[in-house]
Amino acid sequence: MATVIDIPSEKAIEVNNFSFTYAGASSPNLKNISMPIAKNAVTALIGPSGCGKTTLLRSFNRMHDLYPGNRYDGKIVFEGRNIVESKEDLINLRIKIGMIFQKPTAFPMSIFDNIAYGMRLQGLKNKTELADRVEKALRDAAIWDEVKERLRHDANGLSGGQQQRLCIARAIAVEPDVLLFDEPTSALDPISTRGIEKLVMELRDRVTIIIVTHNMQQAARVSDYTGFMYLGELIELNKTDEMFVTPAEKLTQEYISGKFG
Amino acid sequence: MTAIEKRLLVNKIVLGLSSLSALIGIGFLFWILYVLVANGIDAINWNIFVFEGAPPGYEESGLRQALIGQLLLVGVATVVGVPLGILAGTYLSEYGQKSKLAEIIRDISDIMMSAPSIVIGSFVYAIIVLPMGHFSGWAGVVALAIIMIPIILRTTDDMLQLVPSTLREAAFALGAPKYKVIMQVVYRGAKAGVLTGVLLGIARVSGETAPLLFTSFNDNFLNYDLNEPMASLTVTMFNYATSPYEEWQKMGWAAAFILSMFILSLNILGRLILLKKKGR
Ligand SMILES: Nc1ncnc2c1ncn2[C@@H]1O[C@H](COP(=O)(O)OP(=O)(O)OP(=O)(O)O)[C@@H](O)[C@H]1O
Ligand SMILES: [Mg+2]
Repeated sequence: MATVIDIPSEKAIEVNNFSFTYAGASSPNLKNISMPIAKNAVTALIGPSGCGKTTLLRSFNRMHDLYPGNRYDGKIVFEGRNIVESKEDLINLRIKIGMIFQKPTAFPMSIFDNIAYGMRLQGLKNKTELADRVEKALRDAAIWDEVKERLRHDANGLSGGQQQRLCIARAIAVEPDVLLFDEPTSALDPISTRGIEKLVMELRDRVTIIIVTHNMQQAARVSDYTGFMYLGELIELNKTDEMFVTPAEKLTQEYISGKFG
Repeated sequence: MTAIEKRLLVNKIVLGLSSLSALIGIGFLFWILYVLVANGIDAINWNIFVFEGAPPGYEESGLRQALIGQLLLVGVATVVGVPLGILAGTYLSEYGQKSKLAEIIRDISDIMMSAPSIVIGSFVYAIIVLPMGHFSGWAGVVALAIIMIPIILRTTDDMLQLVPSTLREAAFALGAPKYKVIMQVVYRGAKAGVLTGVLLGIARVSGETAPLLFTSFNDNFLNYDLNEPMASLTVTMFNYATSPYEEWQKMGWAAAFILSMFILSLNILGRLILLKKKGR
């Protein structure tokens, strides 16, 4: 029923008949989703509110495990393993699959310590190497010039857009293979939004990116592939260029032309 | 009289009555402070800090044993009670959450907070003083710690829960194990609130008298050994104030003044920390 195109290039993740049920829900909130995620490319997830975009995204790094009673069924294959199996090493998984949240989540510590946090977790102690990698991450996240004079200041003194780029810097500092973005610009002004979008496009050469967005122009601008979800199902996965011009499914067509949502 | 006039009149009466009762309340507070300062300042002199208790009539008589005993009792109770209270609060907020066990602990701790402190004193009397056969500083420490723990436990629980869950999630998403998320992110975010809870807990036990009467009792001489009975400002104050000798009564005022200033500063400090946190 759903149209899911095959991806010619290498795949980073393969979702296979995946279902997810929140604790206490009477029926699955995600139903039989199958889709490939292209490696070192941007895949956008779109769909009306409540269709399950966040739920799917948070399955890739097993965020749902923080709360009791949630259930995964089926497969999400990453590096040859089904990562939703209970024996998966979550710490290792989350080092490889990073996440950027909707609202900035600067830790209550200095800018430097925020960026160094993930690297320190992995046991990096060497001061010069730490400083070098903090600088590189901040440069990559296009925020170095704004914060280089005040690395020791509290990160909560930054603006919302700066904090969001700080969070991106913090996530890329540990060099993840995959980055998950959940509506990273929905709380930001247009200029900060542009900045984040530019960043996403620069990162795509070396990181696999999955981005949830409510903004279809944003999906069209930044992504290579787009998945359209509806009521917990994946309706269509297509090349972004095709999806927004000649969608394969009638439902997709109706959604992107604004008939509902 | 029209309906509107009637309403305005009722409004004026209610406003008048509530202002009056607020004034009466504040009036009493300032009256207490005034009496305390007027009598206390007068009674304070250098001797109080250098000499120990002495029979009435002696020049060289002071409160040294009570000041040091008070600091020891409250200090050791803090060392015992604060870590326990914070750890228990951490369990409630980060592990127990909404579970049945956690809710039961919260209820019990609320009940303990409103239990009369004299009951806690008699409990410690039964389980420590009687078996040991004598009063001791340790018994006082245990009584004060028991009073302190539920206060710190509940503020810690509340303050940790105020830390947004997205902050925890962000730390987990970087591959942090749970204990590091708690120690490095949650505690930092709740630092000011937890510290305020600790200060208020210390302030609360500093004014306790009843539980110490049963436990650490009193001593007229300076003593650093917690295995022995130990003087405290509150019990000393009680003894001196109710004595028939004028010098002793004066010293009771001095003790009351010092104790009140100490507790007042702790309270103000706690509030300042919270204000500074909110101001940011
Ligand atoms: N913690 C939860 N417990 C139970 N049900 C949940 C929970 N979070 C989300 N749901 C339900 O799961 C479904 C999918 O929610 P999800 O948050 O993934 O939607 P979304 O596509 O991200 O929506 P939005 O665009 O509004 O962010 C919804 O029906 C929602 O009510
Ligand atoms: Mg969402």
